[in-house]
Amino acid sequence: MSSNIDMKRVVELEDKCLKIRKDLLNFIYRIGMGHLGGELSIVEVCVALYYEYMNWDSKDVKMKDRDRFILSKGHCSETLYTIFQDMGLYTIDYMVEHFETLDTAQFGMHSNRKYVPAIEVSAGSLGHGLPIAVGEALGARYKKAPWRTIVMVGDGEFDEGTNWEALMAGGHHQLGNLVAILDKNSVQMTGPTKEVMNIEPVKEKVEAFGWNCIEIEDGNDMLQVLEALDKIPTCDPVKRQKPTFIISNTVKGKGVDFMENNYKWHGGGIAKEQLDEALADVEKNRMVR
Amino acid sequence: MAVKTTYNFDEMLSSAREAYGEELLSMADAGEDFVFCFSDNVAPSTAAGKMVAKYPDRCFNFGIAEPNEVGASAGLALSGLTVFSQVFGPFLPLRAADQIHTDIAYNDVKVRLIGTHSGVTAAGGPTHNDIADLALYRAIPNLTVCVPADAGQCKKIIRKSMDYDGPMIIRIDRAGSPNVYADDSYEYEIGKAIETVAGDDVTIISTGSNIYECMMASKALAEEGISAGVIDMHTIKPLDTEAIIKYSRKTGAVVTVEDHSINGGLGGAVAEVLCEAGFSGKFKRIGMPDEFSVLGSPDEIYHYYGMDRDGIAKTIKGMLK
Repeated sequence: MSSNIDMKRVVELEDKCLKIRKDLLNFIYRIGMGHLGGELSIVEVCVALYYEYMNWDSKDVKMKDRDRFILSKGHCSETLYTIFQDMGLYTIDYMVEHFETLDTAQFGMHSNRKYVPAIEVSAGSLGHGLPIAVGEALGARYKKAPWRTIVMVGDGEFDEGTNWEALMAGGHHQLGNLVAILDKNSVQMTGPTKEVMNIEPVKEKVEAFGWNCIEIEDGNDMLQVLEALDKIPTCDPVKRQKPTFIISNTVKGKGVDFMENNYKWHGGGIAKEQLDEALADVEKNRMVR
Repeated sequence: MAVKTTYNFDEMLSSAREAYGEELLSMADAGEDFVFCFSDNVAPSTAAGKMVAKYPDRCFNFGIAEPNEVGASAGLALSGLTVFSQVFGPFLPLRAADQIHTDIAYNDVKVRLIGTHSGVTAAGGPTHNDIADLALYRAIPNLTVCVPADAGQCKKIIRKSMDYDGPMIIRIDRAGSPNVYADDSYEYEIGKAIETVAGDDVTIISTGSNIYECMMASKALAEEGISAGVIDMHTIKPLDTEAIIKYSRKTGAVVTVEDHSINGGLGGAVAEVLCEAGFSGKFKRIGMPDEFSVLGSPDEIYHYYGMDRDGIAKTIKGMLK
């Protein structure tokens, strides 16, 4: 598979991930709150989607027939804001000036689609993204529209029963234009996922619900992420076929040594000394090809 | 001027539950573009069932999974469609409360959630009683809540909803309610109460199919020299506060009647409006008391809790003494 992928592009996207991580850390430092653990684990997949895979244009975020990306784990919206500012929609200064500032606020810990038009769905309450994505995919089928609906779900929120209702519906309606990506960083708010509420065996479960499953061994490896996205079947709005479920095994707090796999970095702010250390870490830990 | 009503037609049963399906089918036949989501209680023999059979590409079955249905309805609307989505009774507000709040209202999508079998009309006991929904809906911003008085009004609401912005709830009883209005010649406006019966001594404010029992109570009271007006508060949200204040001041005595808990529903809403307006007249709420309902048919339950014509008339006579 890797033969189809331009390694020069992989390195470019890895550079982009490094920049997003640095911008994100600076942004979270300035606003004083965030969910850095999960926001850092999803960087590679989000960068691959927005900069490479999706039919999506930052200059026309409501473009007809654009691919729809729904971030179900809405508490990680700062990663998307950071990508949007990198694409030129905002500056970090502007986002800081309008972050949860009452009636002048545009950005919040959980994103609002009315305030940030590039956001497809106002999220925050967990377990909502996958059902909404089922509806968007059904809508595309009814309209015979070519867009793909891609939803990212956290492995903590995967406890919510609505995910399983939606998995059943996606398989039942054979929504081949639907892709769910599980950001499996294996740590949730109060500890390891397998100790809080074990979701395994995920692959067998989702396959039993009628989905085609692709597993990324390291979802923080850009090459592996691109290879997985390449395996998604061609999108045909009308054809009834299995929806795609991607298990992306990632590291919570990826790139920052003192955050990695540490549930205590699920949410919160970051101090100046920690910021300096974190910025040095992400530089040091970037993948070398 | 008061609208034309049908008083003596106890036999003329119609069904708002059937009417919504008939209207959707008729709109689909007329080429209106919308989709229909439903749960596992739309029988093939009903009008809605017939629409599902005739237009399978725009009708989506979600089985018995209300939160997923409501969430997916939001997704369908986000894809640019007008969505009607039917759920059985209490399982809409109680199971899918978070989805109604977040996916529908907060995301501000053009979904019309149709809750059938409202109040105690499903029968089957408290698990199937939908008596807390209005309390929930009233506290959620950006929701319009309509409760048709009869089948004809239900059709008007469904039709009007096509050109109405924002999320809506349409609360429908099970079946077999008498017609309140003689024909559909009257003007219907979402959010504007209807003076169904004019009265001078007491104002009954009600909603849904309970309007008919209020009319019958008014008719019985008239024979005893009491003039009871009936206000059809078919829209619970946004509430027509002007009408509440106007008709309350006219009579100085207000009774609310609803197939819902007396806590947090229409009665609570009217009480809040009257209190803030400085109303100092008489006031009484009729509805389901703060207990799990006794078991019986809807008519038996209405009688037991004083929600039928006799009970309403008795309460009014008591308060006017």
